[in-house]
Amino acid sequence: MSLKQTPLYPLHLKYNGKLIDFSGWELPVQYEGMGIIKEHHMVRESAGLFDVSHMGEIFIEGDNAEAVVQNLVCNDVKAMHDGQVLYSPMCYPDGGTVDDLLIYRCHPGKYLLVVNAANLDQDFEWITQHLAKDVTAVNVSDQYAQLALQGPKAQEILQPLCDISLDELRFFWFQPSAKVAGVECIISRTGYTGEDGFELYIKSTDAGLVWEKILKTGGDRVAPVGLGARDSLRFEAKLPLYGQEIDKDISPLEAGLGFFVKLNGDDFIGKAALVKQKQAGLPRKLVEFSMVGKGIPRSHYEVHKDGKTIGHVASGMHSPTFRRPLGLALVKTEYSSPGTQFDIIIRDKAVRAQVEAGVFYRKKTKSK
Amino acid sequence: MNIPADLLYTKDHEWIRVEGDQCHIGISDFAQSHLGDIVFVELPELDIEVGAGQAIGVIESVKAVATLFCPVGGTIVEINEELESSPELLNEDCYANWIAVVELNDKSELETLMEASAYSEFCRQAETGV
Repeated sequence: MSLKQTPLYPLHLKYNGKLIDFSGWELPVQYEGMGIIKEHHMVRESAGLFDVSHMGEIFIEGDNAEAVVQNLVCNDVKAMHDGQVLYSPMCYPDGGTVDDLLIYRCHPGKYLLVVNAANLDQDFEWITQHLAKDVTAVNVSDQYAQLALQGPKAQEILQPLCDISLDELRFFWFQPSAKVAGVECIISRTGYTGEDGFELYIKSTDAGLVWEKILKTGGDRVAPVGLGARDSLRFEAKLPLYGQEIDKDISPLEAGLGFFVKLNGDDFIGKAALVKQKQAGLPRKLVEFSMVGKGIPRSHYEVHKDGKTIGHVASGMHSPTFRRPLGLALVKTEYSSPGTQFDIIIRDKAVRAQVEAGVFYRKKTKSK
Repeated sequence: MNIPADLLYTKDHEWIRVEGDQCHIGISDFAQSHLGDIVFVELPELDIEVGAGQAIGVIESVKAVATLFCPVGGTIVEINEELESSPELLNEDCYANWIAVVELNDKSELETLMEASAYSEFCRQAETGV
């Protein structure tokens, strides 16, 4: 199967991106002359520009759109205002996770759902199976490119190119029709790095122009950033990745996303199972851990206690910010309190690790 | 791609510098640049006997885990412990920062390794697929 390319593909070649296959997309893991660690620090200290055009965009439209979206996701859609963005898990009836997504409310009859690239087809199928009368779901993923400009200097770089006041765009709000470099975009103050920043949805044909303008305006305050640093940045900020922290076999409650699951609100798919899980007590919890012994924990490594499996590593890596290996593990609840020690199985060897609390990156997003 | 002419190379992108019966071994520029930022090195054990092609260590970058194979059979007589605390040295200068010293069992094994010119061609093929 040939790999799909985003509209920014020619620019990844121009900036010497090292291209890899990311769930069927040919995307840069890093750029030559930079590398994951430098790109990571660039975003934490200044700004980075990401091509995230592989993400899926689905419009839900119709008079009953609000009820349809509410039924699909765990968070409180009815409490949203026009121009607001909401993060939510989406569950199966058994409480396992279909995907996590961003929900943009244009108005109560129109929502934009932004879903993971790897899940787009199954999400779209799932959504279309749960539509109501006169509500349509349209997959517009191929028509939109998505850029993310992230980092403490994102606003000062983007503002001069923009026809709206970014100061007035609050965290998790969006402007449905703004212009950036003269090009029509949806701009939201959202991101996947733990830093302040913006995500721009742009018609595919115009995306290259916006990308180049941002890099030119930003000068040495900004650099293109690949998927490698996108992963390390989101990991340090404990932002979940589907397939690791959440999955069809992992409920959002187990993944520590209870804040985004409104069990006292309207009904939604999976609610009954999640209520039951909460009442019975969570069988597993996602915990932060650091290494006591030497080694780097990686996703899906087993976690043992006294030689018995008690869970697995969801995500783990060398943290560029803290300059040491850190991990998130999904373990049996009885082993989840801070200070608990267990072993990570690294190449058949048990390497000691310890449950921590609060050692990950404190997000610098602007929740004003 | 930096490929010093005075070294020998393997298909696993290790380099070997022969001095009498001893060889310094390390990873090539091709290897370090493909791995990206190296953040962890698991060094070989000292004083163990190893066969050519045997796994003796691990090199991890932010994204990847790579096995270090011993290019020649022999005994590990020295390891570069500095790499444990500063694995990034392999990115900075992969030829100055050797990983281990192996005392050779059989010098004829060196004949199976590539000279710089052959290795350069091997890397070109690995990059371009032709």
